[in-house]
Parts: sequence; structure tokens; C-alpha cells
Amino acid sequence: MKRAFLLMVFSGFVFAEPTARDVTEAMKRDFHPRGQAKMDRVPQDGLQRICTDTRDKPPAALAKQIEADQMRTIVFPTGSLMGDWKRAEKVAQDGRGSMWSDKPGAPAGGSCYNCHQISPQETSYGTLGPSLLGFGKKRGNGPEMQKYVYGKIYNAKAYNACSQMPRLGYAGTLTEEQIKDLVALLLDPASPVNR
Amino acid sequence: MRRALACAAVLMVAPALAQQKNQFADYQRMTAEGSPVELFELGGEELWKKPQGPKNASLEKCDLGKGPGILKGAYAALPRYFKDAGRVMDLETRLLHCMMTLQGRSREEATKQLFGNADRPSEMEYLSAYVAGHSRGAKMAPGASHPKEKESYQLGKALFFHRAGAWDFSCASCHGAQDKRIRMSALPVLSAPKFARPLIATWPAYRVSNSQFKTMQWRLNDCYRQMRMPEPNFASDSMVALNMFLATTAKGAEYRGPGTKR
Repeated sequence: MKRAFLLMVFSGFVFAEPTARDVTEAMKRDFHPRGQAKMDRVPQDGLQRICTDTRDKPPAALAKQIEADQMRTIVFPTGSLMGDWKRAEKVAQDGRGSMWSDKPGAPAGGSCYNCHQISPQETSYGTLGPSLLGFGKKRGNGPEMQKYVYGKIYNAKAYNACSQMPRLGYAGTLTEEQIKDLVALLLDPASPVNR
Repeated sequence: MRRALACAAVLMVAPALAQQKNQFADYQRMTAEGSPVELFELGGEELWKKPQGPKNASLEKCDLGKGPGILKGAYAALPRYFKDAGRVMDLETRLLHCMMTLQGRSREEATKQLFGNADRPSEMEYLSAYVAGHSRGAKMAPGASHPKEKESYQLGKALFFHRAGAWDFSCASCHGAQDKRIRMSALPVLSAPKFARPLIATWPAYRVSNSQFKTMQWRLNDCYRQMRMPEPNFASDSMVALNMFLATTAKGAEYRGPGTKR
């Protein structure tokens, strides 16, 4: 009887699902740094931990707290947030940046078309994110909208705690100028997105 | 009247859809027909039988789980626990084990070129094609009874949903929702048996876009590269665990590989 009980406890221990911390330890053991992808990318930050633990559905109050915290990471430039939409198409197309196969320090892209429809002439677009075709035409391009788009690209988690969209400014992938150009791609009335 | 109109509309749409489907099937068939998978299987057979290493031995006595040298159905039953190694192994991990034990080769030498290129495919790629080819028609049934097998499945599942790295990705970031794609590439939900089965049952595979034969360890490695993570160690417990999770999710599927992919 005692043995059966012990066996039950023991097997429960053995087969328990690993926690996020266990997985991090496994990854520290089973991964190695390569190029610019160093091991400091393995440990989770608080947001990654909570999104992992809740399978991307944190309780509403917690989600609000995360979003407020992430909002504070956004550095909004002063002045106009609208850059040059003509330069932005290349950034939206470019899927390189931050991978171990990318040259460290080389300008990165936003990988935008991997997940979004954007300009109508590009028909090879992904569908993980919503279509952004006609984005500015539908929403206008006032200062508040500019601020929203800049913030969303800089840190998508400030608006949706467990969004699958990378925090492209916060992670250091895109520069302030690149993000401003992308804001123009989505909001400028002359951009192909809105024509 | 309205119903008749609706019927007419369906009749008009249906042939177009059917045609599109046929065109897609044609494309898949033509891709498969022009596939050099068989050449990789033949190359793998040569390597399997070729004496190599300090012990000048072939891999013909390698036990892939069904007994020494038994290839039939072996791949479809992997990953599994191997008592002689004390751990769960997938195909490539086991092949490396056999290279080191039977042929006496060092890990360093045997893993010098794990992933080949179009000019020079790797030994692992040829051997994977050869071994997997002997499982055509077998039901996928990875090990599921040994505690280490259960532990491996659990770790793989946790890894699949684990968000980390510069871009906060988990495997599920791309393979977690139905009918999504990156650019034009469809993304199957790999945690759902219905979508995992057809995919896992056709790996390893020849990839037309790279003109190369690709193994499962390569597939996982390249996913982590694009997830902006550091590089996974070849044959590590984490990579075996992910393969265990995928194969277990796909269990029951009839193995139809090595496949041909876009």
C-alpha cells in the first residue's frame, strides 16, 4: 500500500509537465551561441514567461499590467512620425535581421510581408497578421493614428500583451527612421497602400 | 428561385475550385515525379554498407530499434528509448550513435558536415533517405511506454509552446493557427494530429527550392534560426524531444516519405 502510494507520487513527479523554467534550463544545455544569436536570448523575460504559462491568454488584469509596462518601453520621437513611404517598401520586404546567419550590424528588415498584406502589387504575402491594405484610407492619418502605428511597430505587446508580432523597436531590430518610414507606408495618402 | 440561383452559383464556382485543386495536385505530382529522392536512397544504401572509421565497419549491424540491421519499419517507430544508450533517440541521433560505436568514429569527425549543400549533400542526408524509405507504408508509432519516452514527449510539447528570443517566438507562433501562411508557404498546425500527420509522414524530404535533401534535425535547426534563437545542438535531448512531440502528434499516419517539398 505504502509502496503503491510512493510509486504514484514518484511517477507523478517523473511525468509532470516541465515548467517554463525547466525548458529554459534544457535550452541552456542544448543550444549554443552562433553569430549574433547569443545565449542571452534563451532566458525569458516576464512577458515571455507569462505568455508561455498562459498559452497566450493571460487574465485580463494581468494583460493590462503587461501592456502598461510595455507601453513605457516605447521611445516616441519628437516631431512628425511620418517618414518616407518610398524607402519603407524595402524595409517591409526585407526578412533579414537578428538571425545567426545575418551579418551583425548590417541594416535589418521588418519581415512585414511574411505576415501581412501591405502594398497591392506584392502578391506574395503572409496571413499570420491582418491585411494592412488601405490601412490609412480606412483610419485617417492624424497624430494619434501616427502615434499608434509607430508604437505598435516599436512594441506590439503594448497593445496586445501576447501578440505574436515581434517588438521590432524594443528588440533593436528596426531603427527610429525605419519605423517612421513604415508609418508613412501605412498612413501616407500617396503610399500604394492607400491609393 | 433564390435557391436555384444559389445552385447555379455553386455550379459555376465548383468547377473553378475543382480545376484549381487539380492544378495543385498536378503540380505536386510533377514535383514528386521529378524528385531525386530515389537517388538519395541509393546513395544512402552505399554509405550504409560501406566500411568506414577506425574499426573499418559498415552500419549494417546498426540497431535502429527493431534489431541489428533491421530497416523495415524502423523509421516509423522512432524516436524511441534505447537501453544501450540510456536515452531517447531519433533517427539522426541513432545514426550518429552507430557511427561512433560500430565504426569507432569520433563525434567531432562524424558531425563535421551535418547539413549539406546542393553541391555536397551530407552523409546524414543520404542515410536518412535510405532508412526512412524502408518505412513506406508503415504506421507512424514512436515509442510511448518507457518513462523516458513520456518525459521526452512532455519536454517536446513544452518546447513547442515556449516563447523566447529576440522576437518572442515559439513554434506555435507560426504553427499554432489554422490556414495561415508565411509569404506563400502554408503553415500546418503541428500540435494538431489532423495537420501534423500528412506533414510528418513525408519528412525527411527533398526540397525543390534548395535542390537539397533535408533531414528533421535540419528542419528544426532552420526554424530556430528564423526564430532568432541561438543554434540547437545536433542530437540534443531538446531536439529529440521536439521530434518526439511531432511524431507522437502524427502517430497512426501511414509513412509516405521521403517526400518532396516545394
